[in-house]
Amino acid sequence: MDASAAKYIGAGLAAIGMIGAGIGVGNVWASYITALSRNPASKGEIGANIWIGFAVTEAIALFALIVALIALFA
Amino acid sequence: MEGPLEQFKIHNMSGPLFTIGGHSVAFTNSSLFMVASVVIASALLLAGSGKAAMVPGRIQATGELFYEFIANMIRDNVGSAGRKYFPFIFSLFVFTLFGNVMGLLPYGFAFTSHIAVTFFMAAVVFLAVTLIGLYKHGLKFFSLFFPHGAPLFTAPILIPIELVSYLSRPISLSVRLFANMTVGHVLLKVLAGFVVALGIFGVVPLVVLVAITALELLVAVLQAYIFTILCCIYLNDALHLH
Repeated sequence: MDASAAKYIGAGLAAIGMIGAGIGVGNVWASYITALSRNPASKGEIGANIWIGFAVTEAIALFALIVALIALFA
Repeated sequence: MEGPLEQFKIHNMSGPLFTIGGHSVAFTNSSLFMVASVVIASALLLAGSGKAAMVPGRIQATGELFYEFIANMIRDNVGSAGRKYFPFIFSLFVFTLFGNVMGLLPYGFAFTSHIAVTFFMAAVVFLAVTLIGLYKHGLKFFSLFFPHGAPLFTAPILIPIELVSYLSRPISLSVRLFANMTVGHVLLKVLAGFVVALGIFGVVPLVVLVAITALELLVAVLQAYIFTILCCIYLNDALHLH
């Protein structure tokens, strides 16, 4: 197999890691909406923490993307 | 056309100023935007706190907004023991925020999209937090690596896990900021390439591009917030252990 072909396949494989982060981010927001619909008064307390959870989960997708970009360009 | 990663290239804007260990150090476009971020932030905050009016004007209200935002963040996450560290955390937030947002301006350069910059900031935070914890608690600081109340026989598994997660903090902290900014700018560049390539039908990706730019503005502010709040959480761990 050609080295450049392997590079593209590798970049594609690296992007698979984003599946987990997609499930994770969906889970974060789903739990947020569930919590809010159960107790709308808690919006102030949860509101700030949800962004931490979101950013920490989303970072995993970006790690996968960085690996893909390194495979493509570096 | 230039590739999507060309925009992160660092140019020298002056001749080499001095040499450290064989590397010549020059004033680059990255340094220019760092200086600009410090100057703009200082000018805004000095103008806002110059003569304090009872009813704040626009600039004073902006300064107060920044101040209260960080003051609340420290009070909620660190408690009153963190008040001493307010100036550092405030500078960290404002520097990161201005760096992120200025990178979105046309011809702007996001210095936070370089791992060298973000890793340095994260390493300073990590070392400072560790030293504060050691200074405050002495050897008791190492109880941070063993969760309170866990059975003793789990120690051989838990301590290495906690140690690795503690040591990977500066990496995850810096890569999160760097990756978010880099990926956002690459995405904008790739979409802008579609606009040019599609000719008259380029209005469709243009609409998407406008929406993504708004999203990137949110991400720029959010990542500055996340960076700062995680520093607060790490500081809280060091000050209060578990």
